[in-house]
Amino acid sequence: MSGVPFVVIDHDRGVVGDDTRQALAFARACFPELPIAAVVIGGEQPEPIAGADSTFHIRHAALDDYAPEAWGDALHELAVAQSPSAIVATGTERGNEVLAHVAAIADQPFAANVIEAAPGDPPGTPWRIRRLRWGGSLLEDARLDATLPILSCALHVFPNVLPNAAPDRDREARPGAAVVEFVPNLGPDAGRTRIVDRVQVAEGITLTTAPVVVSGGRGVGSEEGFAAIEALAELLGAAVGCSRVVTNQGWRPHADQVGQTGKRVAPDLYIACGISGAIQHWVGMQAAKNVLAINTDPDAPMVTKADYAVIGDLHEIVPAIVDEIRRRRG
Amino acid sequence: MSGLRILVCVKRVPAPGAQITLTPDARAVDARNLAFTTSPHEECAVEAALQLVEAHGGDITVLTVGPPEAEEQLRFSVSVGVQHAVLVSNDEMAAGDDPDPQATARTIADTVRTLEAEGDPFDVLLFGNESADSGGFQVGVRVARMLGIPIVNGIKGIDLADGVLTARREGDAGFEVYRMALPAAVGVKEGINLPRYPTLPGRLRSKKAEVRSIASTTEPGGLTMVRFATPTVELSETVLLGAGASAAAAVVDLLGELGLA
Ligand SMILES: Cc1cc2nc3c(=O)[nH]c(=O)nc-3n(C[C@H](O)[C@H](O)[C@H](O)COP(=O)(O)OP(=O)(O)OC[C@H]3O[C@@H](n4cnc5c(N)ncnc54)[C@H](O)[C@@H]3O)c2cc1C
Repeated sequence: MSGVPFVVIDHDRGVVGDDTRQALAFARACFPELPIAAVVIGGEQPEPIAGADSTFHIRHAALDDYAPEAWGDALHELAVAQSPSAIVATGTERGNEVLAHVAAIADQPFAANVIEAAPGDPPGTPWRIRRLRWGGSLLEDARLDATLPILSCALHVFPNVLPNAAPDRDREARPGAAVVEFVPNLGPDAGRTRIVDRVQVAEGITLTTAPVVVSGGRGVGSEEGFAAIEALAELLGAAVGCSRVVTNQGWRPHADQVGQTGKRVAPDLYIACGISGAIQHWVGMQAAKNVLAINTDPDAPMVTKADYAVIGDLHEIVPAIVDEIRRRRG
Repeated sequence: MSGLRILVCVKRVPAPGAQITLTPDARAVDARNLAFTTSPHEECAVEAALQLVEAHGGDITVLTVGPPEAEEQLRFSVSVGVQHAVLVSNDEMAAGDDPDPQATARTIADTVRTLEAEGDPFDVLLFGNESADSGGFQVGVRVARMLGIPIVNGIKGIDLADGVLTARREGDAGFEVYRMALPAAVGVKEGINLPRYPTLPGRLRSKKAEVRSIASTTEPGGLTMVRFATPTVELSETVLLGAGASAAAAVVDLLGELGLA
């Protein structure tokens, strides 16, 4: 396939997610010479997508709200009509899901969470890619041998800033050019997986946005042991996090878990109390600006990797920190 | 309906601790000193199946595509209450090669057809959202497409009533709700439940349970692993603030310096 590469725009009822711009930057890195087409699936007619050279809007009643199978079917129909040289998206939950559907329909390989990619040269030969495994703890170099290459880029690897448009000589459409509408046929099954309802959950300080996270691991020892951690968190306006051992023990809900199969956090300060620092935990908090480890074991990986450490029993240290903050605040 | 027939697809993965070490040819994780486990999302998929059968009756088949050693993970599933176990393998997998996602999906779809030809069709197929090691985000979707059944990924809640499966997925500010008529497939995420531990009778049963072996004959797909590499991590020197409760003052000083207290 040799047409203009597609970037699938992740949006929720017309609200475009910031992360989707990373796929524009990724596509531009893969194809510095080609114009890039943004593809908006469903919803009302969008504004032209800034940073892309052209915008397709796929319009159909079955696509009004997110519908994974129908989105995949519709995108595949557009790809059949346009023969894009690749289809890329940011590796969000929806991005990966829609690309998996297109890949399944087209029986093409799909490389998820890619961080580097070199298209086959000459076109039609296998791509060389580098992708994340183990939630980011391991890199994989691979060959992608596809007539329709389908790739998602790992979150937060490519910049959110708008990439420059393609050089003029190759341009097939101008930025701001009219949005091209495409109406797919879609089979009778297209509407069978779609959002039928939404349940709002009110949240206070969230783990993913809190400036400080106070997190506890096996060393906390019990559900009650988290009282001191909660007290410290409250004083600091922090969220409480935990390791997988803690959720497996039932001491905290899974919503508090940080790591590969939990949440990714990037606070100004991450205080790890009684957490050893397994890689599956580390990938969830490695983006923290500062890490303070509180641990009995001076050789624990969390201690050796942290910026700051206190050695000793968290059951003495955490309450002492709470007291000291209260004392200074008077 | 005389209860549900459920299939759960699981993957065996190593459980590395603080660091992943590679084999000298960098084509595999050096697992000589590692324990193995069921990939976490799939562990929760097994628990979700057990809860569905407790509520609605029926039986569960656990399936893995992998090396013969993956029998360990199948037996673990039996020890928590799964009835049937199926291992699909071949010489390449026995030698430690992970099949690519297209090959894995074709193998599973073929096996489902074989199992369904011998008995009733499956009502519910459960997958992990993505495997812990390779993280391809696609096997469940491919299998569902091959079998022509609906699937939703990223699911953290399942209810079943009157042949309709309601699935919940975490969104930005709450949950998205999906509804599918059976047969349906779901990509499950950790957090949907808290997997149970095996009981002693369960353990004994799992030792004697029959694990059915099926040979995989699938051709490889288009994504080929070449080698692995460990990412470079930039580490600063750790500043020791002290030991024990007497370090509290230094910690609060630090909080002040960082503008956080
Ligand atoms: C596929 C996969 C995915 C995973 N995903 C995640 C994930 O998302 N998140 C996650 O956290 N883990 C995850 N894990 C588990 C991970 O490998 C570790 O098992 C887990 O992070 C360990 O939790 P921990 O640090 O609390 O416990 P441990 O490793 O047991 O460490 C406890 C630490 O507490 C210290 N300690 C003990 N008592 C005290 C005390 N009184 N005071 C101070 N320190 C004390 C000890 O010195 C030790 O360092 C995953 C594993 C696998 C295989």
